[in-house]
Amino acid sequence: MGAKRRFDMWTVVSLTLLGLFALFLLYPLWGLLRQSVLNAQGEFTLEYFQRFFSYRYYTITIVNSLKVSAAITLVTLILGIPISYFYSFYQLKGAKVLFVVSLLCAMSAPFIGAYSWILLLGRQGVITKFLGDYLGINIGSIYGFGGILFVQSLKLFPLVFIYMNGAFKDIDNSLLEASANMGIVGVRRLFRVILQLTMPTILAASLVVFMRAFADFGTPLLIGEGYRTFPVEIYNQYLGEHGQDYRFAAAISVLAVIMTTAVFLLQKWATSRYDFSISAMNPVEKKKPTGIGGVLMHLYSYILVGIAFLPQAYIVYLSFRNSSGAVFLPGFSLDNYRMAANRLLGRSINNTVFLGLGALAVIVVVAMIIAYLVVRRSNVLNNTIDTLSMIPYVMPGSVIGIALVIAFSNRPFALTGTAAIMMIAWVIRRMPYTIRSATATLQLVPLSVEEAATSLGASKPKTFARITVPMMRNGILSGAILSWITIVTELSSAIILYNNRTITLTMSTYVAISRGNDGLAAAFAAITTAVTAISIIIYLAVSKTEDVQI
Amino acid sequence: MSVGISIRNAFKKFGENVIIPDLSLDVQKGEFFTLLGPSGCGKTTLLRMIAGFNTIDGGEFYFDDRMINDLNPAKRNIGMVFQNYAIFPHMSVRKNVEFGLTNRNMSKTEIRQRAERFLDLMQIGELADRMPNSLSGGQQQRVALARALCIEPDVLLMDEPLSNLDAKLRVEMRTVIKHIQQTIGITTIYVTHDQEEAMAVSDRIAVMNKGVIQHVGTPKNIYQRPANTFVATFIGRSNLLEGELTMKDGLPHLKFANYEAAIPNVKEEFKTPQKIVISIRPEELVVSRRSQEGFKAVIEDSVFLGLNTHYFIRLENGTQVESVTESTIESIIEPGTEVSLTVKTEKVNLFTADGTVNILEGVQNDVISSTKAGGRAQKRLAVG
Repeated sequence: MGAKRRFDMWTVVSLTLLGLFALFLLYPLWGLLRQSVLNAQGEFTLEYFQRFFSYRYYTITIVNSLKVSAAITLVTLILGIPISYFYSFYQLKGAKVLFVVSLLCAMSAPFIGAYSWILLLGRQGVITKFLGDYLGINIGSIYGFGGILFVQSLKLFPLVFIYMNGAFKDIDNSLLEASANMGIVGVRRLFRVILQLTMPTILAASLVVFMRAFADFGTPLLIGEGYRTFPVEIYNQYLGEHGQDYRFAAAISVLAVIMTTAVFLLQKWATSRYDFSISAMNPVEKKKPTGIGGVLMHLYSYILVGIAFLPQAYIVYLSFRNSSGAVFLPGFSLDNYRMAANRLLGRSINNTVFLGLGALAVIVVVAMIIAYLVVRRSNVLNNTIDTLSMIPYVMPGSVIGIALVIAFSNRPFALTGTAAIMMIAWVIRRMPYTIRSATATLQLVPLSVEEAATSLGASKPKTFARITVPMMRNGILSGAILSWITIVTELSSAIILYNNRTITLTMSTYVAISRGNDGLAAAFAAITTAVTAISIIIYLAVSKTEDVQI
Repeated sequence: MSVGISIRNAFKKFGENVIIPDLSLDVQKGEFFTLLGPSGCGKTTLLRMIAGFNTIDGGEFYFDDRMINDLNPAKRNIGMVFQNYAIFPHMSVRKNVEFGLTNRNMSKTEIRQRAERFLDLMQIGELADRMPNSLSGGQQQRVALARALCIEPDVLLMDEPLSNLDAKLRVEMRTVIKHIQQTIGITTIYVTHDQEEAMAVSDRIAVMNKGVIQHVGTPKNIYQRPANTFVATFIGRSNLLEGELTMKDGLPHLKFANYEAAIPNVKEEFKTPQKIVISIRPEELVVSRRSQEGFKAVIEDSVFLGLNTHYFIRLENGTQVESVTESTIESIIEPGTEVSLTVKTEKVNLFTADGTVNILEGVQNDVISSTKAGGRAQKRLAVG
């Protein structure tokens, strides 16, 4: 009787999911690992790892990636925490605008920002030329370490901003009052109480920023030049000018995963030292910013967000300029868009929308089921599925791309080059957002509501469909939109998996950039940006909250 | 070093909402003083004005002769215990208690010794190196108190400190709080909406309603001689009956239906026939089955609570009243039984028809009227 009860509809679902994860996640990763330690004759070897570690040419990429990611993390904290502090504790004018624009910057395709900065500050950039020609100021090179740091920090600080807003809002006013009561206010209170209380969130934000910076492929590819980073090296080895070397690329990928996992575990360990949670019974009332301090707060916030938004605005502006090849000409027209229409614009949009929506549908269904299994039917099997689903969180997109190619280029699963493999990559990579969001929502729904439905005679599937799903709706929707936005801006796995038939908006943008076709690139980038912006606005309208979880 | 606190003509509004229209109050040095009232009566607002977390929109606040209106909360030297304890979750118990001392010119050993002393005083010495999230509610309360007292404040402020504890712990902690306060002798202002708690801990209580102090007095006086019908009904329960005051042979009598009783202790200025409100606490109403004396009523329901038995009784004029008697070994009076009721005349309270003034002698109300307060504030200003 006991055994029979346990083996019900949900057990079948769990096993099916486990099978799917095994096929589309574990099998490719296993293949990646195998490739990295087998030579062409199929014998075990560590020669690829040996090769990697014997040349400074390769090892420097690890150092470079770690160095630039750490620097980016630090700078985003320094930029992001103050603006979040002002936003959370003071009534800034136009606070909503600051928030929405920051969110837009954070969610835009990474390489579009890098590209736009090159047009602004690169060797031929408008600002570089203006300063050089009229003021005689040489702003130095935007390429290399400094460039990556600059572009990525401006793109990623909004993540810190958004994370910290949530944490600052959870600080109970009485804690601040207690501190004041004991004579500790101002900067001392900021460092000894406020930042200490939000340390778990600071660490969480650091992890997210670090992972994004480390895995980012587009920015160092465009602006890194001699400063070679890990993800770019993987791509070059996989599809480089010197011919393909799957096995060596696989070996580097394995190293990349080991490193991101190490960082992930390090962060977990650091967070475990702050074993407390905060929630505000009496939230802090926002003060009116006054005097010179108030002016400085506004200046800081607006200038920072303004600079971060500049590349987005500039690319949209450029998309309407006349152009010829790599040169923008005076006057405005829709020529760039017309040109784009002749260059696969329709197919790019189609692929992005239909493949994206297809992937999204799978994400939503699977995420809903996983959330239910984890929250309501927590057992070893379901917790394993949950853990598996979070693995891609620590994996650079190019690694997943290569793993999928290795796994599915031969029978029985010859999927390489198909639309299906693109969708699989997106589902694997972008599902964690929706799972987290759906799980968090379901945890807030009392179990008794479902029990009530069951006691009234509803079957399990009916209870799930009519009671559970509708109650998770908001969480799923907001998670799904985030998954959607990241699909739209996806580059690193797509660049490995795409071909002419499955080209997407971001890939078309990238192709135009790499061919030096700036007008065309601007048009594609502007369209991508527009799709992202519209999605964010829908997201904000749906979620009706500023507690964005990224 | 404890201080006396005087408040003159305090005024507070939130937006257009006046919370405290005009409040004056004196708290003696070393006194345990409680602000008691229903939620929204302005008691917490007043406490936070003293602490400096709410701005003072009008009036003057003094610690002894020092005006503190514009003093930064950090400089007022106040120990405060918050409703939710406000323990810093990221610091150990010891660090929490030491926190307020780190700002002072004290050596590490001095700080540690002082914290140790207060940890021991609150009997949480062995918890010193634990993190707050592993403590029970009662233990957190002790940490909050140790932390507040550790800075050796002039004044201790407590904002409903026991409201998050379960009933049994509440009784235990209020004894602890009272004991510590007496040991240290610190001027304490305590806010609560629980009248039993207020009675148990306070030297004096101020009963507040809608931002106005109704009665300031000892727990005994407030209970036995409430200043008005609000106090009579808010502190304990009271049956309010509309009756008359009559004069017979120069002696005042209360008259209700056919019942009359001499009340000798009416204040001189009220010894004239008039309509009055008779306030009778349940234990002051004597139910008798056989006696003919008193006024007629019918038992409607009864609740047996062990020590006491409560009767819900319908009077002839339709009013429902409540009576509490010590439980007897005889059977409980059945619903529907006709009884007659008398009143313990020495305990009963009589109010003017509008309920605003107790007309009996013996009311001790230290409320400072606004006109008097104005005069004193003027004088203070002249001195200051």
